[in-house]
Amino acid sequence: MLNYLFSFDPGILNYVAFLLTSMAIYGLMGLGLNLQWGFTGLINFGIAGFVAVGAYVTVILSLTQVPIVLAMLAGGFVAALFGLLMGFATLRLREDYLAIVTIGASELVRLIFNNEELYDGRPGSMGINGFPLPLESFRPTTFTRVGMVAIVTVIFGLALWKLWQWANRRLKSAAQKQKVAITAVAVLAGLLGLRAYVVTAISLSNFRANQAGNGLLFVALIVTAIAFWVVERLIRSPWGRVLKAIREDEEIAKALGKNVFAYKLQSLMIGGFLTGIGGALYAWQQSNVYPDNFRSNLTFNVWILMVLGGAGTNPGVLLGAVIFWVYTALTRDLNQILPLPTVQIDAFRMVFIGLLLIALMVWRPQGILGNRDELTLGK
Amino acid sequence: MALLSASGLVKTFGGVTAVDSADLEVAMGSITGLIGPNGAGKTTLFNLLSNFIPSDRGQVMFNGQSIERLQPHEIARLGMVRTFQVARTLSRLSVLENLLLATQQQTGEKFWQVWLQPGKIAAEEQQSRDRAMEILESIGLAHKAHDYAGGLSGGQRKLLEIGRALMTRPKLILLDEPAAGVNPTLINQICEYITYWNQQGLSFLIIEHNMDVIMSLCDRVWVLAEGKNLAVGTPQEIQTNAQVLEAYLGN
Ligand SMILES: Nc1ncnc2c1ncn2[C@@H]1O[C@H](COP(=O)(O)OP(=O)(O)OP(=O)(O)O)[C@@H](O)[C@H]1O
Ligand SMILES: [Mg+2]
Repeated sequence: MLNYLFSFDPGILNYVAFLLTSMAIYGLMGLGLNLQWGFTGLINFGIAGFVAVGAYVTVILSLTQVPIVLAMLAGGFVAALFGLLMGFATLRLREDYLAIVTIGASELVRLIFNNEELYDGRPGSMGINGFPLPLESFRPTTFTRVGMVAIVTVIFGLALWKLWQWANRRLKSAAQKQKVAITAVAVLAGLLGLRAYVVTAISLSNFRANQAGNGLLFVALIVTAIAFWVVERLIRSPWGRVLKAIREDEEIAKALGKNVFAYKLQSLMIGGFLTGIGGALYAWQQSNVYPDNFRSNLTFNVWILMVLGGAGTNPGVLLGAVIFWVYTALTRDLNQILPLPTVQIDAFRMVFIGLLLIALMVWRPQGILGNRDELTLGK
Repeated sequence: MALLSASGLVKTFGGVTAVDSADLEVAMGSITGLIGPNGAGKTTLFNLLSNFIPSDRGQVMFNGQSIERLQPHEIARLGMVRTFQVARTLSRLSVLENLLLATQQQTGEKFWQVWLQPGKIAAEEQQSRDRAMEILESIGLAHKAHDYAGGLSGGQRKLLEIGRALMTRPKLILLDEPAAGVNPTLINQICEYITYWNQQGLSFLIIEHNMDVIMSLCDRVWVLAEGKNLAVGTPQEIQTNAQVLEAYLGN
């Protein structure tokens, strides 16, 4: 396991790069869900459906010669429309209807992709492969290599700077005992971030060694970084304030002249857009799409990482994605330690994450980066 | 001239007729009272006026416009803002943010403008902030501006509701029992604000059980009993109206 932290073996580097890509992709889906649930209070249990819509639209369009970036954006847009449709159908009803309909609609989407014929006449259950991947035929020069490394340097630099700010802010108001813990957490996170940066930089410098994987790593990091910046800016705007007001008490928002229905639709659509883009990246990472890749455990995982990191905080959601994948990586090799068949190991991993969530709900119900004070407020 | 006038409003819940063909009028620039025994239908009438609950029948005119088919938020935008009997707060927003939310026609409430006109939005926010701080100052909550609204006491929440309503720059505020559960000193303060804002041209419609408040503030009082209009007149007339006394004390 320490390999992941220290080794420069190409195989390990590729695996760590894969993990980073996964973190970015799930983080992106989490940001979408967080806008809907964490900031607006809308329950979306159909993440897998949004991801599927984004994935299929992107893949099919790119197979029909649409440029890959446009295909991805189209995937996001159609996922947003998917959100619009469900919102329109349910948001005027009681609030639990949205939850129910999103579950149903996302299963429906999967079943349709499973049972319909594909554009080329093959049955949907056979899936699609061989679609274009981002940067797969990109031949980096020294100049573009330096450019790519410079871009990820900026991204990681900003992330580390944010971490530094966070630690400083927390240290100012913390008690002596907490200070040690905060410093430890910050240093640990900083070192992990540094390792992630080094791996990314090495991978991009040896771009051709793992063409598809490195291309996606680069794209996923950029897309998620942009998405983070966009949602952070949106939720700090007056627009975001209205969303939070709706989350707290929509009657107040109505009484103050806000069109609650319209805002909920916007939140569903923008969140859906991000999740749909996440779907495009998800498809590229697997380099195939099968209806079975979009089962409800995907929805479940995105909810877990959001709750883990702290619903209602965007950095928390990204942290949740990191922890989720670190956990996945650490428990992946469990069968080397425990003499159990894979099925049981998988079950064990789920049980353990369940226990982890219960423990979290007891000691830190607001999530890792959530604000405890907010929970104890009398309604 | 009537700023708000309702006629023939009806609302039944299952078998209960909460509001039974009630009329109401609020003159421009007035402070109008709405009283009646518990369960008379006063709060329901507020809900009908603001269309939080659609009425079964009846008309509502506000500022020369028929509003009974408008959405609650559209009515608020026309300048008629309601408050709630049990004060509602946006708990996990700061007291200041509670007020900032109320500002009308904010450019930054359209998400695309966040990207197109950041400068304009920042300037509007600053203005809105200044005004919010003034209002918080006047209702004595300035020192709480950056605390979570969820931490306020019951009385402070009532003040916050009034402050929020003022932030919208309305023509008419509907107050549902502003003095209930508030200590006497604070009640006096609330009355002073209401008088002050009324002098600035703002009209009020106030539901209140505290007769001192009604007597000292109102130009005209409407009495509701079992969903029907029982009487209307000046506070003095109402005080001596035999039917009203019977409705309150009788039974
Ligand atoms: N949503 C509702 N569903 C069913 N019945 C209701 C509803 N709202 C009010 N009622 C009934 O309508 C009647 C009038 O209630 P309302 O709350 O309007 O009275 P009120 O005059 O405001 O009383 P109070 O002075 O106690 O606040 C009551 O009998 C009440 O039980
Ligand atoms: Mg009432």
